[in-house]
Amino acid sequence: MSRLVKNSLQFIFFILVQVFVLFQIKPLHQFIVPYLYFLYLLWLPFNTPRMSLTMIGFLFGLSLDYFSKTPGLHAAPCILIAYLRPFLVNILIRQEGSEQNYRSPSVTSMGFAPYATYAIILTLVHNGYLVFLEWLHFGTFLYFIGKVLATTGVSLLLIFVTELLSFRKEKFRTNTA
Amino acid sequence: MRNIFLFIRRYFNFLFFIILQVIALSFLFQYNRFHEAAFMRVASEVTGRVNERYSNIEYYFHLKRTNEALTKENERLNNLLLSNFAPTDTSSRIVIDSIKVDSLEQYRRYRYYPARVVESFVVLQTNYIMIHRGENQGIKKDMGVISPQGIVGRIVNVSENYSTAMIVLNRQFKANAKLKGGGERGSIEWDGKDPHYVFLKDIPKSAIVAKGDTVITSELSSIFPPDIMVGTVNAVINEKSSNFYTLQLRPSTNFFSVFHVYVIEDLHREERKKLQEETKNNQ
Repeated sequence: MSRLVKNSLQFIFFILVQVFVLFQIKPLHQFIVPYLYFLYLLWLPFNTPRMSLTMIGFLFGLSLDYFSKTPGLHAAPCILIAYLRPFLVNILIRQEGSEQNYRSPSVTSMGFAPYATYAIILTLVHNGYLVFLEWLHFGTFLYFIGKVLATTGVSLLLIFVTELLSFRKEKFRTNTA
Repeated sequence: MRNIFLFIRRYFNFLFFIILQVIALSFLFQYNRFHEAAFMRVASEVTGRVNERYSNIEYYFHLKRTNEALTKENERLNNLLLSNFAPTDTSSRIVIDSIKVDSLEQYRRYRYYPARVVESFVVLQTNYIMIHRGENQGIKKDMGVISPQGIVGRIVNVSENYSTAMIVLNRQFKANAKLKGGGERGSIEWDGKDPHYVFLKDIPKSAIVAKGDTVITSELSSIFPPDIMVGTVNAVINEKSSNFYTLQLRPSTNFFSVFHVYVIEDLHREERKKLQEETKNNQ
C-alpha cells in the first residue's frame, strides 16, 4: 500500500475513532476529555514538507471541528503542533541521518526517551492551547490548569496504549533501498 | 522591495502558520458569536450522513429506554383527553362552539415536527445534537427542540436535510423558565462544568423553593411553548450579595440518550420579532 493511501486511511480512521468512540464516552469528570486524534500528526513521515505539514494540521483539525460543531477550536492547536513538530524532531533525533533511515517518528526510530519527550511536549502544547481557547470564554485559572493536566494525562495514557496495540513496522532503510 | 521578498521567502513557513492560525481563530470567534461558519452547510450534510449510519446501529441499544419515554408521554397525553372527564351532573352538556374565529385552526400558535437525533455531543463546553430534519422539511433557525421528557435546545444551523441544535448544556444557551408553584421567572443557564446540572438564575428571594420543586418553561420564552418541563430543583444556592437565588436543577431530559425529539415552530414568531424591533426603534 502506498504511503499516501495509508496516511489518508489513517486520517479518516483517527477522526472516526475520536468522534464515535472517544467523544461518546460519558463525561467522568469536568476536567477529563479523552483526546487521541492528534496522534495522527505525530505519526506523519519525517520527510513531509513543513508547509504541507501545517496545511494537513489545519485540514485535520477542521474536519474534526465540523463533526463537533466548533469550527476552529481543534484546528488551531493542530496547526500549532504541526508547525512545532519539525523543530522538536530536529532537537530530539538520536543521531545524524536517522530521519533518512526511518520513515516516521516512533519508538524504534527515535528511541524511547526522545519519543516520549516528543509525545509529551506536543500533547501538552495541544491540550494547553485547546483548553486555553475554551478558557477565554469562561472558567477560573484553577479550571484551566486542572483541565490541561487531566486531559494531558488521559491523552498520554491513550497514546501509550495505542503505541502498544498498533503494528507500525519501522524498517531500517539503507541507501540502496 | 527585494528585501521584502527575501523576508517573505525566508519566513514563508512561519507566515503560512500565522495565516492558518488567524483563519482558524476567526472561524472560532465568528462561530461563537453568530453560529455561522464557512462551509458549515456542506459540512453538516456530509457529517450528517456519516452520523446517521452510526446512529442507526446505536439506536438498537437504546430501544428499551426510548420506548419507555414514549409510553410515559402517551400516558400523560392520554390523561389530558377530554373524554376522560365526565360532567358531574346530568344537567350540564358539552357545547361545541362552531364560530369561525374560535376554531382551533385560527389560533394555532405552535406546530410540532417529529425528528430523530442522529448525533449528540456532551463532552465539550459547547454541546450540540444533530437531528435528521432540515430546511426541506420545514426547519428554520431558532426553533425550539423538546424531547418527551422536557426541553432539549434550540436550532442554530440548518442544512437541506439535517439541522444542528444547541442543547441546554451549552454555555451560550439561554431560555426563560419559571417555578411551577409560585410562578417566579428566571433564566436557564449552564456553567460549563457538570453536565448533570443546569442553573436557574435570578429567582427573587421572596419565592418559596424547596428541593424537588418542578421548573417549567415560562410564557416569556420566545423558543418554547409555556409549561414544558425543564427539570427539578436539586439545591438552592443563596447568593449573599444579591436579592436573588440561583437554583441548581437536575434537567428532566437525559441528554446522553435522547433519540426522539419534537421541533417546535412558533407561528407568531415573526410577528413578535417585528413588534419587538419596532418598539426598539421607536424609543
